[in-house]
Amino acid sequence: MAELLEEKMISEHITLPAPNNNEGGEDTPLKVSYGKTMMWFFLLSDAFTFTGFLIAYGAIRMSKAWWPDPNVVFSGMPFLHGVEAPLGLVSIMTTILILSSVFVVRAVIEGHRMNQKGVAFWMFLGILGGLAFLGCQAWEWSHLIHDGMTPFYNVYHAGADGETVKLAVADIAKTPVSPGPPMFGGSFFGITGFHGLHVSIGVVMNIVALIKTLNGTYQRRGHYEMIEKFGLYWHFVDLVWVFVFLFFYLI
Amino acid sequence: MVTSATGEHALSMIGAGGHHKETFITKYIFSTDHKMIGKQFLFTGMAWAVIGGLFSVLFRVQLAWPDETFPFLEQIFSNWFDEGHMTPEAYYALVTMHGTIMVFFVLTASLSGTFANFLIPLQIGARDMASPIMNALSYWLFVLSSLIMLASIFLPTGMASAGWTIYPPLSILPQASSGSGMGMTLWLVSMVFFIASQLLAGINYISTVLNLRTKGMLMTRMPLTVWALFFTAVVGLLSFPVLFSAAVLLVFDKGLGTSFYLSDIFIGGKALGYSGGNAILFQHLFWFLGHPEVYIVILPAMGIVSEILSISSRKPVFGYKAMILSLLGIVVLSFLVWAHHMFVTGMNPFLGSVFALFTLLIAVPSSVKVFNWLTTIWRGNIKMTVAAVFSLGFVSMFISGGLTGIWLGNATVDIQLHDTYFVIGHFHLVMGVAAFFGMFAGIYHWFPKMFGRFMNETLGYIHFFITFIGGYLIFWPMHYLGMSGVPRRYYDFNEFHAFNEYHDMNLLISVSAIVVFAAQFIFVINFFYSMKKGRKSTELNPWKANTLEWTTPIEPGHGNWLGELPTVYRWPYDYSKFEEGPDFIPQTVPLTEADIESDKRLLH
Repeated sequence: MAELLEEKMISEHITLPAPNNNEGGEDTPLKVSYGKTMMWFFLLSDAFTFTGFLIAYGAIRMSKAWWPDPNVVFSGMPFLHGVEAPLGLVSIMTTILILSSVFVVRAVIEGHRMNQKGVAFWMFLGILGGLAFLGCQAWEWSHLIHDGMTPFYNVYHAGADGETVKLAVADIAKTPVSPGPPMFGGSFFGITGFHGLHVSIGVVMNIVALIKTLNGTYQRRGHYEMIEKFGLYWHFVDLVWVFVFLFFYLI
Repeated sequence: MVTSATGEHALSMIGAGGHHKETFITKYIFSTDHKMIGKQFLFTGMAWAVIGGLFSVLFRVQLAWPDETFPFLEQIFSNWFDEGHMTPEAYYALVTMHGTIMVFFVLTASLSGTFANFLIPLQIGARDMASPIMNALSYWLFVLSSLIMLASIFLPTGMASAGWTIYPPLSILPQASSGSGMGMTLWLVSMVFFIASQLLAGINYISTVLNLRTKGMLMTRMPLTVWALFFTAVVGLLSFPVLFSAAVLLVFDKGLGTSFYLSDIFIGGKALGYSGGNAILFQHLFWFLGHPEVYIVILPAMGIVSEILSISSRKPVFGYKAMILSLLGIVVLSFLVWAHHMFVTGMNPFLGSVFALFTLLIAVPSSVKVFNWLTTIWRGNIKMTVAAVFSLGFVSMFISGGLTGIWLGNATVDIQLHDTYFVIGHFHLVMGVAAFFGMFAGIYHWFPKMFGRFMNETLGYIHFFITFIGGYLIFWPMHYLGMSGVPRRYYDFNEFHAFNEYHDMNLLISVSAIVVFAAQFIFVINFFYSMKKGRKSTELNPWKANTLEWTTPIEPGHGNWLGELPTVYRWPYDYSKFEEGPDFIPQTVPLTEADIESDKRLLH
């Protein structure tokens, strides 16, 4: 009987509503289950955290007469040593993260169709995207650190005509005072690091969701709301990246 | 279908008397019952309030008798005294920790932690919070943060001493103050856990209110306590994250050597490695939390007082919708006024005038609330219970302290009064004493629901009158001190001839403070004595109130209601509706023809 019902649910795309724990009480004004309400409000608060960071970054940057040109600073490319590719890597990273978000959207849709395999497949791609993004970020960080950038020391300084010049690694020991505005490194590592932490947590959450999809937990539960909740978080991380990308790389 | 699995689970839990097997640890320590978590917040908060109050007494002793020696205090607090005198470092540390403990640990975590946990599920008709586990986790994170803060008190280098506002560079540089070393680090770590605890709690309160209301409990039928606690959670959810970002950047500056808040700084002619930061930036980020924080403190008290005044004057609350809308107005405006704490930072005068405008605007919803409290008790058949007198005391304190807020909101006046005792008097009346009064009112009122017994009324009245009169004696003279220019945070006014003539007033304030602090032990003794030996509560609804918590058993188990959840048919303020019959109609009583007729008459 239970199997028949499951067959019917899968063939007719029926999902059970997520329980609301209020024993038939009043409907919520937001028309979503308590779990999603929680996720939405958490994301709202997290948005304020990022806003705090980005405003701090903006306030410091606007108070400076000169700031390194991101086209020069972020021009490295993995495996292509010596090739100048302004904003090349970050464009790839951004595309990967957005694609990963699209994959998770597909996973949510398959969840509505009660298609266990489809959810697992798209979730797997979503996780791959997240890991690829983190890999790119790790490369970018280590590249900058290799060049001598630290949270309090900036090797990119103003040249004679205001162009961005990099201090050679060999000269760093001879220049104890940061040649460029030191808060470039501090805010870059601080804020992209905080975002990277969010992506890492998201990847872990998605892996948990993938395991629970594969072992049939959600299928037996009758709905894939957990995928939707984790999906909300994943899209939020993506949205935040758009702002980080805008403020650090484009402007 | 409708009775979900969790409902059946809850039913099975409350059935058969003992429900699922509970050991001492699962029942009293790692409990997931919202009522027990509320009580845990209350007990932890009381412990903190005693510590925070003790600190204020210690520094008031220093202000009143700066020349005397106190060898007996030195024996107890050997770290903070030197040859019988309090050290200046200890004075600043005590001031800082008094503020931190009272604002964050007592009036934020404990006030809304106690009442949101205890009242929200009971008053909206839910078996527990939306996520009981998250709720327990929020309490235990609060305990963790409390323990870290407590540990910092015993550091040999001293606890944080840069003021509760922890302005950099003072808070970052250990060379600037001994408390800015390990003490400040522990302060920040403790605060990170505290914020996590607040966010978990706030998300839970919000989704409980939105999603777990029982049948018929429309948003517009919720008691004002629930509305106030809901808005408190929203304010906390939007402001604490910004303190989190501010604190993280401060940790970076302190630990990693970044310079978010530090510009070029020289010590003894030698330049430190910082460059390019902005100390004012911290103030903006801090006060974006800091100002909404005072509403986090006062909103729950407002809700409690609205409820108790209506019950004890046997009248519907005046302007229920205006009460909700004014809460909403306060919530929105509270995010637009933060820079009125920073008028003296050299901000653009135009910006100052914008913040002054919004600050004065927030007086409008606040006055609506005061007007509604006064009209609620107007011509009421007032029952002067202890909870009611504390609620009246709240209104008195809120008016006295609120009016001076209008002075301080004006940039031109504030520049004269900034960082004087006027500010101390203002905010202690309007958010310190007033919020405490709301908390006391709530405890006296809901004590029978919490412990199945009543608190002793005589001791309650004694507690009230000493605290009320003493509160005014402490904080009223501070306004005169402030207007005369006496600055806050000074360690010893004897060093300044200009302030010699105010010594008597400082003496009066300090003596009152000691008396009021001692009087709080009347409350503590009453609380614990009544918990064990107080008069037993024998009726379900001792205050003849309409709200749902009085429809549960006298001491409800986990799950709150035996059997089905109650259904709600009306708003919670049908007091003295008809000439005949009982003067209160609980929310669970269906509407009658007479009700509909009466409502029609009221509408026309």
